[in-house]
Amino acid sequence: MSTNEVTLTAEKGTSLWEDAWIKLRKNKLALVGLGLLVSLCVISLLTPWIAPYGYEEQNLLMGATPPSAEHWLGTDIFGRDMLTRIMWGGRVSLMVGFIATAVALAIGVIYGAVAGYVGGRVDMVMMRLVDILYALPFMIFIILLMVVFGRNLLLLFFAIGAVEWLTMARIVRGQVMSLRKQEFVEAAHSLGLSQWIIIRRHIIPNTLGPVIVYTTLTIPSVMLLEAFLSFLGLGIQPPQSSWGLLINYGVETMEEYPWLLIFPGVALSLTLFALNFLGDGLRDALDPRTSKD
Amino acid sequence: MKQQFSSSFFTLLSALFMSLLLSGCGSSESNVAEGNRTGILHWGNGTEPQSLDPHVATGVPEHHIIVALMEGLVHKNSKTLEPEPGVAKSWTVSDDGRVYTFELRDDARWSNGDVHNAHDFVWSWSRALQPALGNLYAYMYFPIVNAHEFYKGEITDFEQVGVKALDDLTLQITLKNPTPYFLQLLDHYSMYPVHQATIEKFGRADERGTRWTYQGNFVGNGPFKLKTWEINRAIEVERNTFFYGNDEVKLNGIVFYPTENVTTEERMFRAEQLHYTNDVPIDKVQTYRDANDPALKVVPYLGTYYYRINVREPHLQDKRVRRALGMTIDREQLTEHVLKAGQIPAYAMTPPNTRGYYPPVSLSFDPEAARQLLADAGYPNGEGFPVTEILYNTNEGHRKMAVAIQQMWREHLNIEVTLLNQEWKVYLDSESSGDYQISRAGWIGDYVDPNNFLDMFLCDGGNNRTGWCNEEYDRLILEVAPTAKTHEERLAVFTQAETMLMDDLPVLPIYTYTTKHLVHPSLKNLANNIMDMQRYTEIYLEGEED
Amino acid sequence: MFKFALGRLLQAIPVLLVVITMTFLLVHSAPGGPFSADKAVPEAVLVALEAQYNLDQPLWQQYFSYLGDVLRGDLGPSFKYPGRDVNELIMSGLGTTAELGFYAMMVAIFIGVIAGVTASMRPNTMQDYVPMTAAMIGICMPSFLLGPLLVLIFGIHLEWLPVSGWNEIPGDKILPAITLGTGYAAYIARLSRGGMLEVLSQDYIRTARAKGLSEFLIIGKHALRGGLIPVVAFLGPAFAGLLGGSFVVETIFQIPGLGRFYVQAAFNRDYTMILGTTVFFATLIILFNLLSDMLAIWLNPKLRQQVRGDS
Repeated sequence: MSTNEVTLTAEKGTSLWEDAWIKLRKNKLALVGLGLLVSLCVISLLTPWIAPYGYEEQNLLMGATPPSAEHWLGTDIFGRDMLTRIMWGGRVSLMVGFIATAVALAIGVIYGAVAGYVGGRVDMVMMRLVDILYALPFMIFIILLMVVFGRNLLLLFFAIGAVEWLTMARIVRGQVMSLRKQEFVEAAHSLGLSQWIIIRRHIIPNTLGPVIVYTTLTIPSVMLLEAFLSFLGLGIQPPQSSWGLLINYGVETMEEYPWLLIFPGVALSLTLFALNFLGDGLRDALDPRTSKD
Repeated sequence: MKQQFSSSFFTLLSALFMSLLLSGCGSSESNVAEGNRTGILHWGNGTEPQSLDPHVATGVPEHHIIVALMEGLVHKNSKTLEPEPGVAKSWTVSDDGRVYTFELRDDARWSNGDVHNAHDFVWSWSRALQPALGNLYAYMYFPIVNAHEFYKGEITDFEQVGVKALDDLTLQITLKNPTPYFLQLLDHYSMYPVHQATIEKFGRADERGTRWTYQGNFVGNGPFKLKTWEINRAIEVERNTFFYGNDEVKLNGIVFYPTENVTTEERMFRAEQLHYTNDVPIDKVQTYRDANDPALKVVPYLGTYYYRINVREPHLQDKRVRRALGMTIDREQLTEHVLKAGQIPAYAMTPPNTRGYYPPVSLSFDPEAARQLLADAGYPNGEGFPVTEILYNTNEGHRKMAVAIQQMWREHLNIEVTLLNQEWKVYLDSESSGDYQISRAGWIGDYVDPNNFLDMFLCDGGNNRTGWCNEEYDRLILEVAPTAKTHEERLAVFTQAETMLMDDLPVLPIYTYTTKHLVHPSLKNLANNIMDMQRYTEIYLEGEED
Repeated sequence: MFKFALGRLLQAIPVLLVVITMTFLLVHSAPGGPFSADKAVPEAVLVALEAQYNLDQPLWQQYFSYLGDVLRGDLGPSFKYPGRDVNELIMSGLGTTAELGFYAMMVAIFIGVIAGVTASMRPNTMQDYVPMTAAMIGICMPSFLLGPLLVLIFGIHLEWLPVSGWNEIPGDKILPAITLGTGYAAYIARLSRGGMLEVLSQDYIRTARAKGLSEFLIIGKHALRGGLIPVVAFLGPAFAGLLGGSFVVETIFQIPGLGRFYVQAAFNRDYTMILGTTVFFATLIILFNLLSDMLAIWLNPKLRQQVRGDS
């Protein structure tokens, strides 16, 4: 390698976040995923205003019709516009996904952070509890909960959140524990900074990485879980609808009216793809081992 | 050693995987082809039966299996539904219509060869009415003198109940009142005889749920006997060589499959794993119709699909409100476009032509008149009408109906209606405890007579659940009808009663049921009666014609 | 190792106790008792039925007598199927579900590992993208969609495979196993790819390559053991997931397994069946987690040191 003509430019230091953003930008799939996600969220938020038909509007005489000029994605057996149904269904599905994950996030992060930071006996007890809960057949409990208490949306969020927080707690705890032992925390401590400030300024920002990644990857599994519950008749209840429910109805009439399955199926799949690719990209981007150089 | 681990691991894995794939090889004769060859019928039966004890079971899937294994004094002709000799070869009725004397066959046997006679019936019925057994169909027996009292525990000596074995082959039954439909009741499985020795071998006579009905234990008096019972998989019955009519029975055996998922059942039919399905998915009916596929059999059924109205609810107490609701359900649209399986709009509770009875019709689809009624009741244009809830048990079909009706009421009456679905048990509880406003319901006739549909709504009828009570109605059903001199007179009384019912409208009839099945062309001689009753001794399989 | 296993087993006892108690309370607070029926049940009959099944006793009494029974291994009579015991019902469904789970796991491991290892051999090429995209599709496709689709294609149109049943018609195991295993195959593919990539970047692999060993030998003999550790760790949760997934697959394919029993019991308010199945599943999951952890330790010398150190 010839080193005669080498120009050295002063390299600007980059924070973890800027570093991550640069790496993320290079990952085409992740960007596509991000873009898709953002557009879906925007559409969902605007649905009450931009949906072409009323949510409940049915036209029994028409029944299920394939895509046409008036109904871009066709109609279902009640004559309801599928585009409208899918938009509203998306709202519900995304809402379930985000909120249930948020519940899991809230519980998991706090629990894990406390356990990781306090350490010692408290940590041991808390983690034993997590291990215990891990052993429980959760699908069974969710089914039981929904069967016993009826199917309302709030319970659904709670039930799903109660399942997903465990792994989050483990991740956070692991992260916090390893951070706590790091020198910069000891240094901050010896400088006299309060526990709280240490947590806020040092621990939490450094924990965010894995948490964000895991959150992004939890949302799709939450949405799938909702779809499973709908299959068993325990998820979202009509007249509300979700993509999971729409897909379930579509499967029943797969041969007669394929568009009832294809469009919600594509919608759900695309969203799941987007979230997964984004999550993968974030994971790669935030991984300190692969720097931008 | 650890390196060998991965290679041996993989070898093992590959071997297992191959075995999975290779399991696909083997005889690929379909159930249907094999069944046609061997005379075994493959029958989709809906749900796994709870029990095959005829005095404990309560459902239709149980019925289909029990009637293969057992028989009553009489059975119904598969075309006319009139009573025909069963275990009893003949009978006479006294002039006052209260005493029935049956002569039993002398060649009647149990499936283990034991002699079967009148004493079996006396013992069986005493067992069926034991209070501790919890026979939910005990009311079938109540026309018999003192049967109800015995069931309630008011008398404990069965000698006082109106059933006597005059001798080995003669059975005499005494009724409280002349009951024209009594012979029909005898065909219901709750009145079938059971084998005393077998029951007593496995527990007390009034002990519910002993092992006597299991594979290897079951003894019955029907054309078939129990061969295997694998829970949730299949129940197989085989020819009972001791059955008196065995020579005429063509089928060699039947396999009943618990096909809960109707979509899967349809696929099984197409893959030729079944000769006969229990039901057809609603959305597939049109496809079969359009293709003119003879496999689809749609037959009227003795049942009414209706909505109960809880008349105890303040805003539903006014008859005008209820009539407005009833008049804005477009039944034609529902049956044509939502149900699409040949169902018939119902404007009265009793299905038409129930033993010659045609119910009076005073209800029709009339949104204008309905709006007027609603306004008269104090809710002009639906203003001020409280949000009302339709309760239904979780089921696709019910959901569709409820959604459609919700929309109709909104459109025609401008009222707000919400939907609530609960699963079966919860829904039943809600209905029984009156914890509902409007609730979906269905009633399938136990026997062919208007009484079965109208006596539900007696003041203290256990199946009433609406809170509606009309003493004159009760008098007509309980006192006037049973004492009518002729069939026509009786029907006239029913007409009177049903007119009252339909005027007050504590229930909104919606449609008369049909049954729909997919039937393989090799299954012959099926009956088309309104009780969806098949006689296994009459149907047979023909070798496939390609 | 033995102490480790023993310790874990002892820990399992309070877990099971918690499971039983929670389930018991949940089930008994459910609306809709087991004896609600379409035809009105006379009061006297209801009373008799409840007495027979001890439902008229105060809750705490029922609870303790149930615990006592469980300790003796008696999970009680089923409410829904008079005359049948829960033990009997579980046994009848267990073999089937276990077989289904086993075959599905095999499908998952076989396809997943092969896909993942292949992908890791040439990262960021088509050999990587194709399996990984297929894996993504597998993850995002729910079994209640995949199952009917496969049935439609292979069962009805091509008529190659049966559409329902298990152990009744030759070949009826294939579609259910594939339906259940696909999602997990996808996860395993990703995990093994990740694990392999990490291992393959290690120094000792580079040494082996420099020595001239064939790629196949390198992977088979050296890399696989380390690379598959994340897969092994995943087996425990995968098993729990398979149990849950079996509910759906068993319903679609009409398989008389434990999953279907459980769903039916929940809807039927068959108290004892629900309790019994839950306890049973919990025990299985605990055992399986223990086994998979032990396997992971055995494979990973570092962990083994840790365990020895702790115990």
